[in-house]
Amino acid sequence: MSVVEIKGVTKTFAHGNVTALENIELELQPGEFVSLIGPSGCGKSTLLRVIGDLTPPTRGSVTVNGKPAPRARKDGDYGIVFQDSVLFDWRTVAKNIALPLEMLGWDRERRKTRVDEMLDLVELRSFADHHPWQLSGGMQQRVSIARALSFEPALLLMDEPFGALDEMTRERLNLELLSIWEKLGSTVVFVTHSISEAVFLSTRVVVMSPRPGRIAGVVDIDLPTPRTAETRYTPRFFELVTKVRELLRSRGEHLLPEEEELLEADR
Amino acid sequence: MKRIVEWLPALAVFVLVVGLWEGLVRALHVQQFLLPKPSTIVSVFWSDRHTLWPAGWYTFKEALGGFAIGSGLGILAATLVGRFKTVGTALMPIFIAANAVPIIAFAPIFGAWFNPISPRSKMAVAGVLCFLPVMVNTLRGLNSAKPRQIELMRSYAASELEIWRRVRVPTALPFLFTALKVASVLAMIGAIVGEYFGGSLDALGVTINNAADVFQFPLAWAGILVASLLGIALYGAVVAAERVVVRWAPDTRDA
Repeated sequence: MSVVEIKGVTKTFAHGNVTALENIELELQPGEFVSLIGPSGCGKSTLLRVIGDLTPPTRGSVTVNGKPAPRARKDGDYGIVFQDSVLFDWRTVAKNIALPLEMLGWDRERRKTRVDEMLDLVELRSFADHHPWQLSGGMQQRVSIARALSFEPALLLMDEPFGALDEMTRERLNLELLSIWEKLGSTVVFVTHSISEAVFLSTRVVVMSPRPGRIAGVVDIDLPTPRTAETRYTPRFFELVTKVRELLRSRGEHLLPEEEELLEADR
Repeated sequence: MKRIVEWLPALAVFVLVVGLWEGLVRALHVQQFLLPKPSTIVSVFWSDRHTLWPAGWYTFKEALGGFAIGSGLGILAATLVGRFKTVGTALMPIFIAANAVPIIAFAPIFGAWFNPISPRSKMAVAGVLCFLPVMVNTLRGLNSAKPRQIELMRSYAASELEIWRRVRVPTALPFLFTALKVASVLAMIGAIVGEYFGGSLDALGVTINNAADVFQFPLAWAGILVASLLGIALYGAVVAAERVVVRWAPDTRDA
């Protein structure tokens, strides 16, 4: 059974008559790491929010774990990580990670055991009692990932989780995320506008084009696992990056100048 | 130790100002009704302590009552307006208009409504003064939760009530305490100014007013000193409560 099944999803926004998504078809198998990439306005974040039932599709259907998306949300079938870590200042690191567990009604002891496991997973054990504002941006995002994974959701939704971080931190967290994903075997939908990040992390890259948001093509990433920092220097990595870039270009006639720049900067 | 060092500049300025005041009044032979010497004020503050402090306590209780009622109603109104949008649409324009009204002008009216001698008329003035800042700030706090925070809670299938309890209320607390600090000052002002329009002879505002009427200016100044100390005490109590309740915030420590 596929973890996510998207059938004929169209999303229009009433104000401005914008078609954010048009007739999207996509299926995710268990354990896949799928990146959604495209210039701004291609609807990649909207698609992620539709999967998470944070915004309803105008037409079409989304199934998560064989259930309609709203049901899956209520059952806690996915964890989500935003670009901003969205931690609560009044909670310590440990309490932030425990939040979804509290909502699920786990007892104190079970929560403590799991939170400790998650702190080890993201290597923040010694920061358990710190408050979020005492951590660096990268550490905050690791807490956010630990929180999203704490209740072992089948699906992890990530909306440009490393977009606000510097390049060095971002590459380190990419490696960390991969090792966590290999350990837990969860299915991941990852929104990004960095081509190299998408290729490095994914098993499949879904390239989207804007106005209206469509799937321009899908690239299977056959890089060997486990991936390491050296993977980025292999010829195959460059070939795949080029392939994704060409797909982005082929639909690039609608790109705005600043979006062109964005693609250039990634080169 | 670090704290004492931090306070030193302020203490130095205070001592300097009081010293200058004392010295200039003596050197220029300033008339007592214009400005008494600090030493005179302090000596009256001490000799009349058995009338001043009970009067201060009487007024403090009025301020405290008004503070509690006004702030309580402010929090209640903010909760209702925050929870039910229609209530907000109906009430907010009125509150905003009311905010521009010089509330203190109502003091004689409250006297007529509640009996000018009774403490209740002063509580009413203090309460009305406290209400708006508390209500407006609390509402702003309740609405300050970030959209992403609400979305995150929704991803956990949180109910409206849970979103309130776990996100909106904690977000609003620092805003609430900022408002309560303002309200604590306003409450003392409301009570004392209310008493200037008439009140019990036991009240501090009446004592200050009567002393000024008969040219006992040092006594009036001593009364103002008592009022200031009590106002600082109430403000300090709110700050102490804030430190206990809003322990997490990075910026309350040096506020």
